[in-house]
Amino acid sequence: MQKTDHKSIHGSGKRQRVRTNMVNVFIMGKRHVVPEHATIMRAIEHAGHQIIRGAGCREGFCGACGTLYRLPGDYKLHTGLACTTLVQEGMVLAQIPYVPMQKAVYDLEKLTPDAGTIEKVYPVTFRCVACGTCSKACPQGLPVMDYIQAAMRGDIATVADIAFDCVACGLCALRCPAEIIQHEVGILCKRLTGRYLRKESRELDERLGEIRSRKFDAEYDELMAMDKKVLTKLYYDRDIEP
Amino acid sequence: MYPEYLTESLNAVERTRPARLEKALSGQPVFPPMNEKERRDVLTKYHPDFAAGSKRPIRIGPNRGEELTTEVAEMLEAHSMIEPKLMDIHLREPDYETDLLIIGGGGAGCWAAIQAARNGVKSMVATKLRMGDANTMMSEGGMQAAVSRSDSPTRHYLDAMGGGHFENVPELVRVLTEDGPDVVRDLENLGVVWDKMDNGDMQVLHGGGTSRKRMVSCRDLIGATIMRTLMDEVKNHPDMINTREFEPAVELILDDKGQCAGAVLYSLDTEQFLTVKAKSVIITTGGYGRLHIRGFATTNHYGATGDGLVMAYRAGAKLAFMDSVQYHPTGAVFPEQIAGFLVTEKIRGAGGQPLNKDGELFVFPREPRDIESAAIIRECSPDRDMGIDTFAGRMGVWLDSPIIDLIHGAGYTRHQFPGICRQFDRFGIDIAKQPMLIYPSLHYQNGGIAINERCETSIPGLYVAGEASGGVHGRNRLMGNSVLDYNVFGRRAGQYASEYSKSVTLGKINVNHVTAHAEELVREGIDTDLVSPLILPSYTPEDVKIQQMARLGNIPARHSMLRSRFSPGERKTHL
Repeated sequence: MQKTDHKSIHGSGKRQRVRTNMVNVFIMGKRHVVPEHATIMRAIEHAGHQIIRGAGCREGFCGACGTLYRLPGDYKLHTGLACTTLVQEGMVLAQIPYVPMQKAVYDLEKLTPDAGTIEKVYPVTFRCVACGTCSKACPQGLPVMDYIQAAMRGDIATVADIAFDCVACGLCALRCPAEIIQHEVGILCKRLTGRYLRKESRELDERLGEIRSRKFDAEYDELMAMDKKVLTKLYYDRDIEP
Repeated sequence: MYPEYLTESLNAVERTRPARLEKALSGQPVFPPMNEKERRDVLTKYHPDFAAGSKRPIRIGPNRGEELTTEVAEMLEAHSMIEPKLMDIHLREPDYETDLLIIGGGGAGCWAAIQAARNGVKSMVATKLRMGDANTMMSEGGMQAAVSRSDSPTRHYLDAMGGGHFENVPELVRVLTEDGPDVVRDLENLGVVWDKMDNGDMQVLHGGGTSRKRMVSCRDLIGATIMRTLMDEVKNHPDMINTREFEPAVELILDDKGQCAGAVLYSLDTEQFLTVKAKSVIITTGGYGRLHIRGFATTNHYGATGDGLVMAYRAGAKLAFMDSVQYHPTGAVFPEQIAGFLVTEKIRGAGGQPLNKDGELFVFPREPRDIESAAIIRECSPDRDMGIDTFAGRMGVWLDSPIIDLIHGAGYTRHQFPGICRQFDRFGIDIAKQPMLIYPSLHYQNGGIAINERCETSIPGLYVAGEASGGVHGRNRLMGNSVLDYNVFGRRAGQYASEYSKSVTLGKINVNHVTAHAEELVREGIDTDLVSPLILPSYTPEDVKIQQMARLGNIPARHSMLRSRFSPGERKTHL
């Protein structure tokens, strides 16, 4: 099916009209005709929906737009983020804007970075049967199961490293047959790593000491009172670290 | 995968790379930085803020007569969503009461709630979408903080002032730069995993306009890392912090002494108006990228429609520097699906170079953002015509990223930029091997509601923090200073507002200022069909939208976004 979409010209880096081929997608079962290069999110909007739940950053960071879809002739249930996944002919999709789960309430200051903490805060983690469904479900392509296994071993830093790019869309938790809340385990372990497994910065300690002792007061007062001309000269004359 | 017709230009980038690499490794600037006159020149000729029609005088309110960005002026000269007469019953019996109302659940809002809780004050966070659906979540490259021995907070001060063309409010820049190192430690104690050197010191890089390496980072996901940490901490205090999602504020509430005393929320789920009576209010609503000013694509999140500006302005708060817009120099332009997406400045901080179609540098890669953007627009303008066209009708220049691994060693790009790599991998472009195509993208609201270093506004009891505020960046913010901004001022706002809440006594609450606003529109003869705050942009195709609006007739829209005339690529300005 051929149809055209027009883009206007207005000095913002665009300067041509564009011809677009269209494809059929089924948004929650209903057929819509949308541009073939559209992301799922743009396709939903092209169909006339005003998205309220199911869009956040629109660039792949926030996890608001987790989506499940199937393709013609393919048995598999695929996952993707609607903001960065492209539509395909015959795609059948549903957005999952929210996954029910209970985030544990805890006091980071009272925890230790080990398996005991995982057991206390998210005991369900230890139900993992290593089926790998979470890894298959991850729209970021993260080896989720590997970090759940690391969490069970108490290897908190490894969890933080693997889960670093997690967008917390919750699709892993939704698909998990053991009902683990993988992304929350990831966040807990990242916080434990930053709080307890870091190497302290002596340089930062020194700087904080200097600020506490008001070392920069005189310099600030001078700069803040400085005539704009003098300040300008000081700025353009300053040396720049290579 | 890049299309065939770009091969020649891609080859040019490869051809010039060895010489550019040699220069980069020599420690000399790879291109001469501009002097004061050159900066002024490129800005006034090419920066979108200086284009005809980009600004116009506002006809109402505290800034009346001042030139503001046209889209902002239009949004401020719009109707309220509420009918004040019908609010009486909601004001007599507020739906919620709280000591502190925080409007906006991004970085600044979460910080304010956490700090208020530390100070023993309970708060309510009302936010438009989910907690953390904010530009905070999306920042990639880093945060400036003068943590190295070779650096100092005062040096940071000088860089920030110069970046802002010396118009920044000095008192704000001082607390920004002086609180910086403490914010690094406070975040670390909350569990942010910083990039560190082997000895435990912070890894620091350059950003545009920095004279010392000062950019601390969390790979290329600083925003997501900080945001998820802060959100998690907020949720760990359910007894102190009440969060309300999908309930954006649409108007402030004042009392008969002129103090800010709460807000009217609008539930996106139930379409109800809900009133909150609060002893103090902090606006942390962020910026306005989704207004798509001058038709630009944006790096901003879905809800960035500048709602806080509208509410505060109607209540009588003064705005500062609202004639200036930040365009991020490097928004993606190819492939079309990610047009406008942010490509972090950390790429240039690590040595990435902007190149024209012949593979030549045309600007120092780390100029302040407004200068760098203007230089890129100049390169693509008919005056030079050295840009690269995409088949979707955009133009841009190359951002040479493969040079980064050549400078820092193989594997550096993949480890330091997992987010950007993933973004481009999806489209078969390995940025460690091929450059990206970029063009400036609407990024940041430089100005905002005027505040002092205690985050106070001209209205008692109303505080503002983060991108919604104005003054600290002057007319141009440097990279990494907004992440610092919401951390520093979010924390401060939480502290000072919660202290204020402990002692203030409220009078009778009202929304009389909304009535006064409506009267002023009539008095000034302003005829508009726009309703604001916009709440969400509309990306509905025009034909569908016309039918939706026909159904609505003259009744104020169900959601104001249905009436939104701001949509990307199609500015329907009837003024």
